[in-house]
Amino acid sequence: MSDPALLALNLAEARAGLARKAFSARELATTYNDAVAEAKPLNAYITPTPERALAMADAADQRLVRGEALPLDGIPIAVKDLFCTKEVLTTAGSHILEGFHPPYESTVTDKLWRAGAVMLGKANLDEFAMGSSSTTSWYGPVENPWRRPGDNRPLVAGGSSGGSAAAVAAHAALAATGTDTGGSIRQPASFCGIVGLKPTYGRCSRWGVVAFASSLDHPGPIGRTVRDVAIMLGAMAGHDPKDSTSAPVPVTDFEKALTGDIRGLRVGIPKEYRVDEMPREIEALWQRGVEWLRLAGAEPVDISLPMTKYALPTYYIIALAEASSNLARYDGVRFGLRVEGDGLEEMYELTRAAGFGAEVRRRVLIGTYVLSAGYYDAYYLKAQRVRALIARDFAATFEQVDCILTPTAPSAAFTIGEKTDDPIAMYLNDVFTVPANLAGVPAISIPAGLSDDGLPLGLQITGRAFDEETVLRVAGILENAASFRHLPSFLAGAGG
Amino acid sequence: MALDKATVAHIAALARIRLSEAELEPLTNELSRILSWVEQLNEVDTTGVVPMASAAAASLPMRDDAVSDGGCRDAILGNAPRAARGFFTVPKVVE
Repeated sequence: MSDPALLALNLAEARAGLARKAFSARELATTYNDAVAEAKPLNAYITPTPERALAMADAADQRLVRGEALPLDGIPIAVKDLFCTKEVLTTAGSHILEGFHPPYESTVTDKLWRAGAVMLGKANLDEFAMGSSSTTSWYGPVENPWRRPGDNRPLVAGGSSGGSAAAVAAHAALAATGTDTGGSIRQPASFCGIVGLKPTYGRCSRWGVVAFASSLDHPGPIGRTVRDVAIMLGAMAGHDPKDSTSAPVPVTDFEKALTGDIRGLRVGIPKEYRVDEMPREIEALWQRGVEWLRLAGAEPVDISLPMTKYALPTYYIIALAEASSNLARYDGVRFGLRVEGDGLEEMYELTRAAGFGAEVRRRVLIGTYVLSAGYYDAYYLKAQRVRALIARDFAATFEQVDCILTPTAPSAAFTIGEKTDDPIAMYLNDVFTVPANLAGVPAISIPAGLSDDGLPLGLQITGRAFDEETVLRVAGILENAASFRHLPSFLAGAGG
Repeated sequence: MALDKATVAHIAALARIRLSEAELEPLTNELSRILSWVEQLNEVDTTGVVPMASAAAASLPMRDDAVSDGGCRDAILGNAPRAARGFFTVPKVVE
């Protein structure tokens, strides 16, 4: 049985407790291993790694005793199962990676282990990170630890980093890694009432992360507080020669950005984010966010991002084209599933038909089509041109303002099974999050309030490229003002 | 743009994904809907706009042309569904 008081500490508090020896890394890892087991009904983990967690915790304890503590020593985290972890099953939520044990470690997880973090296990996700609900995994859907009061139907955790978000929200991990291609860190963070940061493109290495759409994939942290994700980012970020798009930008102490002072800061409020189908409660929360920032001394500025409505279709063309190219490697030859056929071609076709789920097949087919002879210019190049205009919108806006405040998602968590027969309705979840992926700028989601039916809603701060400091600073102000203290109906250690 | 079943079958062949006849019809409808939806981009005037391939710096970094990795054949073959005598094996492709 896990210890609920220990699980209730956030990362910064646990770090302080370890430093003053209030508990050991082994004690913390033991209670989190129990929490991971108790949280099994959420299906947030594909592969728990309890023995590895204890071994890593013991190594952390030795350093802590010697007074040589590393920045994340003894902190138990979940790893989205899109990051390759050496000799630990890595699935991307897909049948086609059946049995894949990478012979190498992703740069981001390697940095986390070198910083002393403890691996609790590999977190569930949408297959190949393609989805907004974490229901397309070969390993079954993730359940959100939140339920609507008086309604027992399980809800989606958001996606694609739904297992990471559910684990952190249910106190079955202190923090987690995620990846965000069109909102896959921020939207699940919003749905689960926690914090998720998509850093600037190039800030965290993609090396060893199973590729979905290479020009849009962003590894980043998920945590319970803004400070916690700032601490995680510090360990995950940094230039990596093994990723040619990794930026040679120095890593600063992101915690120092949390000064609590945003006086004089200009915050853009884009009128194009007032979409027709957005519920009134989200509009009201957004207005409260504007007021909170105004009270803290910032200056709200009405701005326009005219290309916003084209971001989603642009995103889908580019993401699916890149996905069809990236997923060509799954051929039954070098790793994963193989279905024998009569000859090489048939082996490829049968392997990929059996190995990819419905959504992945759909996306690979569209991606193949938009890249095929005769359509490349009309779809793919057209989308890349609109992408340039979207990035130009952001560049012009950041001449006027220091950051942008919007809602994270147009709804709260929905019921598992809803929207599954309408791909476009599912894609609309990402309407507020994809623009930052196309432009490569940093954006964070923080829990800011509850919907009328008692579910968490997030607000999003978007900033200039490589200015995570401002994003974190403003998010810290919102976090304090919102003082979101609500907890989900399922918490590890609370008897479920 | 509405796709027909023959086009979807052709795309599936290009993508090396075997589809059954029963899967073809619903997929044709789904793909047609998604393509019609993305075609709203035609409303945007992009004359003279240079396509943006990435948010990263436009030029890729160079490095010394030196061996930096390798000598790990067994580790690589360890994940192969079929391997023999130090090689990946595939069904016969040359008569």
